[in-house]
Amino acid sequence: MVPTEHYLALSFVLFTIGVIGVLTRRNVIIILMSIELILNAVNINLVAFSRHLGDVGGQVFAIFIITDAAAEAAVGLGIIIAFFRNRSTILADEMDLLKW
Amino acid sequence: MHHSYFLDYLWLIPLFPLASAFLMLVIGRSLSKRAVDVLCVGSVFLSFLHSAGAVWQLLGLPPEQRAVQNVLFDWVGGVFRTSDGRLGDFVAEWGVLLDPLSAVMILVVSGVGFIIHVYSTGYMAHEDGYYRFFGYMNLFMFSMLTLVMANNLLLMFVGWEGVGTCSYLLIGFYYLKKSASDAGKKAFIVNRMGDAGFLLGLFLLSATLGTITFSSAGRPGLERILAIPEAVAISGLGVGAPVWTAIALLLFVGATGKSAQIPLYTWLPDAMEGPTPVSALIHAATMVTAGVYMVARMNLIFQQSVIALEVVAFVGALTAMYAATMGLVQTDIKRVLAYSTISQLGYMFLACGVGAFVAGIFHLMTHAFFKALLFLGAGSVIHALSGEQDLEKMGALWKKIPVTAKTMLVGTIAIAGFPPLAGFVSKDLILEKTFSREADIFFKMLWGIGILTAGMTAFYMFRLFNLAFQGGSRVAHDAEHHVHESPKSMTVPLMVLAFLSVVGGWIGWPKALGGGEWFSKFLEPVVAHVPVPGEAAHPHLSHFAEYSLMATSVAIAAAGYLLAQFIYLRREGLADALAVRWHGIHNLLYRKYYMDEIYDALFVNRTKDLASTMGAFDRGVIDGVGVDGTAWLTRFSSRISIFWDTWIVDGSVRLGSLMVWLSSYPVRMTQTGLVQSYALLIFVGVLLYLGFALLGAPELRGWK
Repeated sequence: MVPTEHYLALSFVLFTIGVIGVLTRRNVIIILMSIELILNAVNINLVAFSRHLGDVGGQVFAIFIITDAAAEAAVGLGIIIAFFRNRSTILADEMDLLKW
Repeated sequence: MHHSYFLDYLWLIPLFPLASAFLMLVIGRSLSKRAVDVLCVGSVFLSFLHSAGAVWQLLGLPPEQRAVQNVLFDWVGGVFRTSDGRLGDFVAEWGVLLDPLSAVMILVVSGVGFIIHVYSTGYMAHEDGYYRFFGYMNLFMFSMLTLVMANNLLLMFVGWEGVGTCSYLLIGFYYLKKSASDAGKKAFIVNRMGDAGFLLGLFLLSATLGTITFSSAGRPGLERILAIPEAVAISGLGVGAPVWTAIALLLFVGATGKSAQIPLYTWLPDAMEGPTPVSALIHAATMVTAGVYMVARMNLIFQQSVIALEVVAFVGALTAMYAATMGLVQTDIKRVLAYSTISQLGYMFLACGVGAFVAGIFHLMTHAFFKALLFLGAGSVIHALSGEQDLEKMGALWKKIPVTAKTMLVGTIAIAGFPPLAGFVSKDLILEKTFSREADIFFKMLWGIGILTAGMTAFYMFRLFNLAFQGGSRVAHDAEHHVHESPKSMTVPLMVLAFLSVVGGWIGWPKALGGGEWFSKFLEPVVAHVPVPGEAAHPHLSHFAEYSLMATSVAIAAAGYLLAQFIYLRREGLADALAVRWHGIHNLLYRKYYMDEIYDALFVNRTKDLASTMGAFDRGVIDGVGVDGTAWLTRFSSRISIFWDTWIVDGSVRLGSLMVWLSSYPVRMTQTGLVQSYALLIFVGVLLYLGFALLGAPELRGWK
């Protein structure tokens, strides 16, 4: 029986790697992948607490988040392709259209 | 047809030519010559038919009722106070009046007009602007008929101006020719001066009398007011009052312009630049006689002033002789006829001036016949010679164009005043009336001038005839081959006019020669003599005296004829020798007394000087100080405004924006537009929030 703290530690590590990836990498695809890591860290967290508290609601939400992540990956990749067609780049630091 | 149809529809007479003139204006360009002929000549013919019918029905009325009016509508009207305080009900109607005077005029105008229109179809056949020519001619017919049929002075003035405009348009018909367009302008401008006199006379008359209507059923017309002595006495405007002299002389100024009398005659010789039918219709037969008609129409006014009548007579006689002397030496066939026209118009004014208005109108009518004939004949000669107008380059045409030559001979005899042709009857009547006006040397002198002019008339007309038709040929070689008689459309009008020139005078055949003087009786109601207080009784001439006068005038005409035969046929070269011998006089006459040059120096160039002075004033003061000065002021004030705008208004706005720009600097630094920097900010923010939240929640600090 693995104690809940271990799951939380794994989740913390994954989350930290995800955040560092999002903030530091230039390639948008890698940033998307890092976001997946963050989501999965949350999933682990939800499932761990679900088991710890004996409440199945956390696992239900984990399933929702997996679905959401899939949808997000589809939409995100679509946006990246469209963007690449227009600007010939997928590097995040060259995407500065928000400041016109 | 109703028994007074023509009298009820008098107003139609001027409208036929107006309608076809309008059609020419609108669709004339697209019509064939044939269609133009039918419309334009046809409309004048309709006018003539209506005129003839109307005069026929007028003759059916008793003499005292022979004044028929059609009033279409009140044209200008209103109530006002005259200069002496009376209330005047001034109305100028658009109305036509047919009385014996206008009856004569509409028959002459529409009849001779119709003949000349027919002639024009032949003469103008090869000209460009055929429809334009006939459109103008028809417009002229409308204006002239309006002029002679108007029932008041103002409407007459409309026609008066209308014929002036058409005259201008037709003189300048060959508008690409500089001399023609100049002549048109000259005619128009000289006439304008006369018209000013006409207008002033009209204003003075309406201010004095309160009416300008000739005779009117409901309202007191000119005739009625002046004809009733009590009315004249009540108004304090008795016979001989100075105001009548002023009105009459002002109106006469108008007449001198239109009828080419001294001093406003210079335009008429130049008007010969127009096509020959125009010269015949407008500048010989009809328009130029409008002045005579007007004086006759206003005879009641003129008869109020002895001075005005004497001025009219004197100017007429002087013009008659003066123009005749210039006609003696001119070499352009049309110019000889033009001076002759001026001279004959002088006779008509002489007649009016001695109170013989009947004689003036009578001569107007006969002159219309023979002068139209002479002009059309001259046109036929010009036509035959391919456009040659110089008498020095004619000669021996008698056999080559026989119809033209014979009809011209009839016209020449008629104007020279040989019995029994028309010119003799009317001219003799004028001379007789002048001689018998008063036993005063003034009138005897006028008679002397008249008789001298008659001699000159015979001389220059036979000179013209001899140079053109007799003697040896001086025709240029090129033209010689093409000499041909004119087509029927031209010769038939000549024959008709020749017939009229012979018999036209018979309706006024003098009693002394067994005639009835029917013409005088017909016109008498309109131009009845108004006795002037203190005037000498007119000495009635015995038959013997009349015979002697006639014999004198015929003798002097014969002398003129013989002199012309002698100089131009019997003695070759005598004419040139005389011209050299009397070089000074010949040149003076040939150059028209240098009157054009004198007028140029006195008036035309002075007007131009005035215009250039005005122009300089315009450029310097109006444009320079006024317009440019205003522009400078505007520019100056706008500069001040610009300074204020740029530095104060805009400056404060820009200062505000600069402040915002400066103070926003730190905020702007955080806005990188890069999504990752925003994510970092969010992340740090969440961490900070969580940190504070956890620190501020002590119960969680013991979380295990």
